[in-house]
Amino acid sequence: MKIVVLMKQTFTTEARIELDGSGKPNDSKVKKVVNPYDEFAVEEAIQLVERKVAEKVTVVCLGPASAEEALRQCLAMGADEAVRVDSAGLEEADSSVVASVLAGAVKSMGYDLLLAGYVAVDDNAAQVAVRVAELLDIPQINVVSKLEVANGTATGWREADGRTEVLEVPLPALVTADKSLNKPRYPTLPNIMKAKKKPLEIKAPADFGINPPASKTRVVKYELPPPKSGAKIFKGTPAEAAAALVKALREEAKVV
Amino acid sequence: MSNDILVFVELQNGDIRKVTPQLVSAARPLAEARGGKLHALLVGEGIGELARKAATLGVDSVAVVEDPSLADYTAEAYAEAITQASKRLGAGALLFGNTSIGKDTAPRVAQRLGVGMISDVTGTISTGGNPIFKRPVYAGKAVTHVEVLESSFVISVRANSYPSAPAAASPAPIQSLAVAPDPSKIRTKVKEVVVRAAGKVDLTEADIIVSGGMGVKGPEGFEFLRPLAEVLGAALGSSRAAVLAGYIHPSHQVGQTGKTVSPSLYIACGISGAIQHKAGMSTSKCIVAINTDPEAPMFEIADYGIVGDLFEVVPPLIEEFKKLLHG
Ligand SMILES: Cc1cc2nc3c(=O)[nH]c(=O)nc-3n(C[C@H](O)[C@H](O)[C@H](O)COP(=O)(O)OP(=O)(O)OC[C@H]3O[C@@H](n4cnc5c(N)ncnc54)[C@H](O)[C@@H]3O)c2cc1C
Ligand SMILES: Nc1ncnc2c1ncn2[C@@H]1O[C@H](COP(=O)(O)O)[C@@H](O)[C@H]1O
Repeated sequence: MKIVVLMKQTFTTEARIELDGSGKPNDSKVKKVVNPYDEFAVEEAIQLVERKVAEKVTVVCLGPASAEEALRQCLAMGADEAVRVDSAGLEEADSSVVASVLAGAVKSMGYDLLLAGYVAVDDNAAQVAVRVAELLDIPQINVVSKLEVANGTATGWREADGRTEVLEVPLPALVTADKSLNKPRYPTLPNIMKAKKKPLEIKAPADFGINPPASKTRVVKYELPPPKSGAKIFKGTPAEAAAALVKALREEAKVV
Repeated sequence: MSNDILVFVELQNGDIRKVTPQLVSAARPLAEARGGKLHALLVGEGIGELARKAATLGVDSVAVVEDPSLADYTAEAYAEAITQASKRLGAGALLFGNTSIGKDTAPRVAQRLGVGMISDVTGTISTGGNPIFKRPVYAGKAVTHVEVLESSFVISVRANSYPSAPAAASPAPIQSLAVAPDPSKIRTKVKEVVVRAAGKVDLTEADIIVSGGMGVKGPEGFEFLRPLAEVLGAALGSSRAAVLAGYIHPSHQVGQTGKTVSPSLYIACGISGAIQHKAGMSTSKCIVAINTDPEAPMFEIADYGIVGDLFEVVPPLIEEFKKLLHG
């Protein structure tokens, strides 16, 4: 069984976001990492190989050359091979375009199980993986906190608002990772060295016969939220502070 | 025809979810700008009663798709039913709540219709020409304005971002649509659904949230907060650290790897205010921090704060709210 994992390189969540002269987030100073949810997906794939459920893990990323560092990280965790689909000209592409390129790439590589994060923490879209599943015409189990794969089916536990769904789908299928799926490993130094020799291919969308379509949405503006002026602090005894707070919530903020 | 707008009416525990009238108020100006009608769509089985309830949401028409394949929710069946229904109704734009079901189904519908989608919308910038919507990115550290470039599109809306549309004086007409997913194309099997906390306030849609962190010191600490939540009709939230420490069930976690919430009032008790926590609640309209540490980062984004021990502050706070709300 072959697993393909979709991986996006994102900023670390601790990063300070600043806008550059053209009003876009300045990512040159920001540390980039494997999108945390994709890290869960990579870890799950490696564990499936360790449990002899799968044989091979390929990690795919649509991104610029700098994303190769994130791909190497996945190889150091234990993935077998990596493919970077070059994003030149697609820097501003929306989720529908990204999905069409990734679906084309995944299709020509072949896979039994497609793993991904459910959301990228930078664009917060939660669209790409599901769109890829739709394009490949495969079922999905989305936002999964526990996964079992056996006999050509995947069973996933999905935390939905107020309920847990246990879903079963035949392979090939997409499973997207939630945070509680597993604990991603830290690559060991020997594995980091080994990863340098693992295959990392660089492709263009055209290599998969894809001519990326035009975006259907466009970001026209980035804004930083206005800095809050700091909390109004109520002093005095707990009883006095509580009374003053409730008064402010009623009369000033008008939220109770 | 395709000027029409469709609002997906999500059903949960035998009722219409609270985000639905908020979708109606987001959709109405779009429908007016396009000169189209506003349809509410319900999907499921045995939902006639709820369709009648939906008729008073303030929409122009209610469409219902009922089929045994839709009794249990699956993205595959729902996406197919919603896609077919929207084509039948000639709807050009579709609105979903950015709920678990919305996240699971809306991108599939968008892809099936071949249209663009803007997820987790928190506001409308403009409705004329190409509509522009506001949405948070980078864990809430930036906000983008996103334009749809084609007249057909899908958006998913964060709960509590729009006011609820007022109920209509007279009910809208209800029509039943004869569309059904082809059962042979539904590959997903629902093995089990475990419903938790039925009837309680859902965290993502709650108007008020009382949230606890490591400062509550243990599972008893959440029991200590519960009366505060009850007097306010609030949902209980928590930090991840409190979840990891086993103080409370993971479904209560707010933050980057938990739920994204946007209540009108968020009361953070003993939560330091790590960026990953803020990522899930910084769009709350009013934030209150109760913390012993005056340097806690939560005070930076809070509107009001009390520097003190939550175990001393919460009891008089409950008394004050009781006086105010229950006379
Ligand atoms: C990838 C990643 C994802 C994460 N996702 C999330 C997430 O989704 N949600 C989340 O919350 N965190 C998340 N975290 C963890 C986050 O970084 C913090 O560790 C966590 O939010 C801290 O929780 P806390 O504020 O309860 O605990 P602490 O940071 O320990 O803070 C406890 C606070 O309680 C105060 N306190 C103590 N006693 C009292 C008292 N008696 N009265 C009043 N105040 C008191 C203290 O002064 C302190 O400020 C994530 C971390 C990572 C790396
Ligand atoms: N450029 C990309 N390359 C590879 N995978 C991606 C890319 N963008 C998104 N994904 C995958 O799709 C998931 C959801 O991303 P998004 O829709 O951007 O929130 C991510 O967690 C990744 O698994």
